[in-house]
Amino acid sequence: MTYLAKPKLLRADAPKNTLGYTRRDYEGAISTLCAGCGHDSISAAVVQACFDLDIEPHKVAKLSGIGCSSKTPDYFLGASHGFNTTHGRMPSVLTGAALANRDLIYMGVSGDGDSASIGIGQFAHAMRRGVNMTYIVENNGVYGLTKGQFSATADKGSKSKRGVVNNDTPIDLVALALQLGASYVARSFSGDKEQLIPLIKGALRHRGPAFIDVVSPCVTFNNHAGSTKSYDYVREHNDAVNRLDVILPRDQINTTYAPGELRRIVQHDGSILHLRKLDTDYDPSDRVGAMNHLQERHALGEIVTGLLYVDSSAEELHRHLNTVEKPLNQLGDAYLCPGSKALEALNAALR
Amino acid sequence: MSATQAIQSTNDFVIKFANVNGSGSASANELFARAIMRMGVPVAPRNIFPSNIQGMPTWYEMRVSGAGWLGRRGGCDLMVAMNPQTWDRDIAEIEAGGYLFYDSTKSLPRSRFREDITVLGIPLTEICNREYSDPRQRQLFKNIMYVGALTALLGMDFAVVEKLIADQYRGKDKLIGANVNALKLGYDHAQAHLSCPIGLRVERSNGVGDKIFINGNDACGLGAVYGGATVAAWYPITPSTSVIESFGNYCRKYRTDPDNGMARYAIVQAEDELASIGMVIGAAWNGSRAFTATSGPGISLMQEFFGLAYFAEVPVVVFDVQRGGPSTGMPTRTQQSDLISCAYASHGDTKHVLLFPEDPYECFTLGAQAFDLAERLQTPVFVMLDLDIGMNDRLSRPFEWDDQRRYDRGKVMSAEQLDAGKTFGRYLDVDGDGIPWRTIPGTHPTKGAFFSRGTTRNAYAKYSEAGTDYVYNMERLRHKFETAKKLVPAPVVQRASQPSRFGAIYYGSTSPAMAEAFTLLEAQGVHVNIMRVRGFPFADEVIEFIDEHDHVFVVEQNESGQLRMLLINEGEVDPKRLIRVLHYDGTPITARFISGRIADALSAHKVTPIRKQVAS
Repeated sequence: MTYLAKPKLLRADAPKNTLGYTRRDYEGAISTLCAGCGHDSISAAVVQACFDLDIEPHKVAKLSGIGCSSKTPDYFLGASHGFNTTHGRMPSVLTGAALANRDLIYMGVSGDGDSASIGIGQFAHAMRRGVNMTYIVENNGVYGLTKGQFSATADKGSKSKRGVVNNDTPIDLVALALQLGASYVARSFSGDKEQLIPLIKGALRHRGPAFIDVVSPCVTFNNHAGSTKSYDYVREHNDAVNRLDVILPRDQINTTYAPGELRRIVQHDGSILHLRKLDTDYDPSDRVGAMNHLQERHALGEIVTGLLYVDSSAEELHRHLNTVEKPLNQLGDAYLCPGSKALEALNAALR
Repeated sequence: MSATQAIQSTNDFVIKFANVNGSGSASANELFARAIMRMGVPVAPRNIFPSNIQGMPTWYEMRVSGAGWLGRRGGCDLMVAMNPQTWDRDIAEIEAGGYLFYDSTKSLPRSRFREDITVLGIPLTEICNREYSDPRQRQLFKNIMYVGALTALLGMDFAVVEKLIADQYRGKDKLIGANVNALKLGYDHAQAHLSCPIGLRVERSNGVGDKIFINGNDACGLGAVYGGATVAAWYPITPSTSVIESFGNYCRKYRTDPDNGMARYAIVQAEDELASIGMVIGAAWNGSRAFTATSGPGISLMQEFFGLAYFAEVPVVVFDVQRGGPSTGMPTRTQQSDLISCAYASHGDTKHVLLFPEDPYECFTLGAQAFDLAERLQTPVFVMLDLDIGMNDRLSRPFEWDDQRRYDRGKVMSAEQLDAGKTFGRYLDVDGDGIPWRTIPGTHPTKGAFFSRGTTRNAYAKYSEAGTDYVYNMERLRHKFETAKKLVPAPVVQRASQPSRFGAIYYGSTSPAMAEAFTLLEAQGVHVNIMRVRGFPFADEVIEFIDEHDHVFVVEQNESGQLRMLLINEGEVDPKRLIRVLHYDGTPITARFISGRIADALSAHKVTPIRKQVAS
């Protein structure tokens, strides 16, 4: 975005969250992405979401694959450990990390090439396995670092900057995530932080695989007429089904809603999802209905956004494996090593 | 039988069972092997099985060796021919003067037999059809019946086998009676109709001692439990699958929380080998001891991730149960052919630590030690066993564990150390051994966080494309590898009874055959010093050993001499001084082969005295 480092001077009146952190405490290194890149807006939304939720930065582990999007974890949460893995393989590395320590918050950041092309297998299996994570795809429909090739999410008929028409059917990661068992599925737009920040907050407080597809225009290679991932196109075709507010148990609810306008979902950790309906018929607890709705609107050229599906009672991988509550990476020798007596008994049984 | 003398041998012969895969023969054959061991006589059984579930030929080769040689001998003194599909080749394989045991229900023309062997027929099918009505019972008890007949033919103690059955089926008394009954049918029939015992005999001995009987894969799984592994991610592949199954079984036994039944471990069957190693890397990065088990094709698939683990310095453990390559190769046959693809796995300048266990005992000890080494060195460690050790039950020294031993978690910086102001640079060499310090995610609110990546970075883990940062890092990694030389298990040397200008280097599953070949050669007056390499990078002693000798045989089970390549490359040894002794047809190497090759080569060097030995 900019190559000039922001001064570390802090305004004395900078707002602090209940932990005493300011927003700056959630920022990372200076972005090296292009000025105006949608991905930087997503990083800013992550910063705001973590600040709002009073998350201790070091309790987050942020992982990514390879690509423009996968560079971004360096640009937020500088006090968190991060891991920029290999292309398309963030889900497996994150799964392993989550197995080792169930107490951290896992954020996986990926792109459309990283998740829909080379990494579609790992994306699919992380969803179906129920890994407790927030999986954000920064979706711009092109490969940026290699200068503008189509990715697998590019719409059929959309045009590249050089005028080439894409003939391949697009992969909709939201539709896949729904089919594969993700228990929190959303789509948003990097240019709509009012919508995006609450969706990230809800995902971070969700137990189980939370997937957010964020359409995030590439200002350099995919922001022209004929692209279906440009700022203009997405603004014109954004079909939001609802608006989310995430209410923490400590918060007071002041807003009042007209009857039928609101849907209230309590998540496993006590956080409350307030969904203001924009499409009165849309039911975010109906997985099959969500899939149908997406297909219908996509056929009309619309981009459905909002919290599309949530199952607040879903289980996650650690429950399936029945692992102990204490993180596996904190179990001491005595909990792990059966010792010499057990070995002697085993020897005897093997004679 | 004609002029050929029938083989006479007590506690020293090879029996081979030719069976049909999926017929239930494996458990009967194993029962027989255990019965011989109960009589105190060492046995080395080997499964020679197809990549198949049911119907294809399978063999169980059992070497009985009172002297305790556990390598494959080659040849066959008694063939138990239960598979019509392979009859002709099975008959052909019997040593002159050997014995054939078969089911004589259907009469076969004389031409299907050999004149120079003793033929022992029992109408097993006929007896089974008479005694049993259920088809499955007919099949299973036919197997037990031949065990009974062999018990009589080899002059074994019936009571030993009977007791073994009672021990195996303890708690299922119905099965005990039925099995003992079938055993007795075979035993009695042999006693009544054949001349028992034959020239091959089993006599009570005390050659087994306190040894245990277990396969290498099970020992690896147990080693991972004792080594403190908490995360295993894997993808099924022959012949490594049972490493994870065994880890799971031992975890259920030893790592289930007694209070709530919850698991102090996590095992995930991944979608492929890439995901397996990815999960292992993630878990290890996050402070768990983690491993995967795989074989050659899996090693190929994991290459990119090995490079990441090497460069980002993540301590992972990989059990590679090697099989015949290249490509799908021989999935159910043994080889030592992944050394190069593991030692230099991944693109760019990479190098990895390898350990070479010789038997189940070392699968356990080196398996556990691999986790200490990986964390001490912050790098991938490969435990290189193979199908021969991994999937065959082997008599082995009993396992030992020192309760005073604590896991070496390596250089992990704690919150207290960070608070005390200790300098933290993730890739900074502060101790002069090339090994940097790391922090585990979540350690400290404000200090010690870093961003891991496969891209070049400076000593403080910041992205950098500066050549100086790159070179600093690569030189440090090279230095770290020098440190590793002193940490991997030292080689084991056995000196010939007289000084020799010739040496031999070997590793892994070649060990029992090499030990036997050493004795055979000594008996012929051929003196060769032998060294068993246990780790890579090579300890200085390995190169010194080569320097001591004019020529060194490098005995391996692959086609290209992969350890030899590593010795030449890493030790800067003159290739002419390293003589290949290579066995790679998929069967385990034999003492006869090794001693024959070495004796031939030495006679070509005009070394006397040599009594030439035919290789098998």
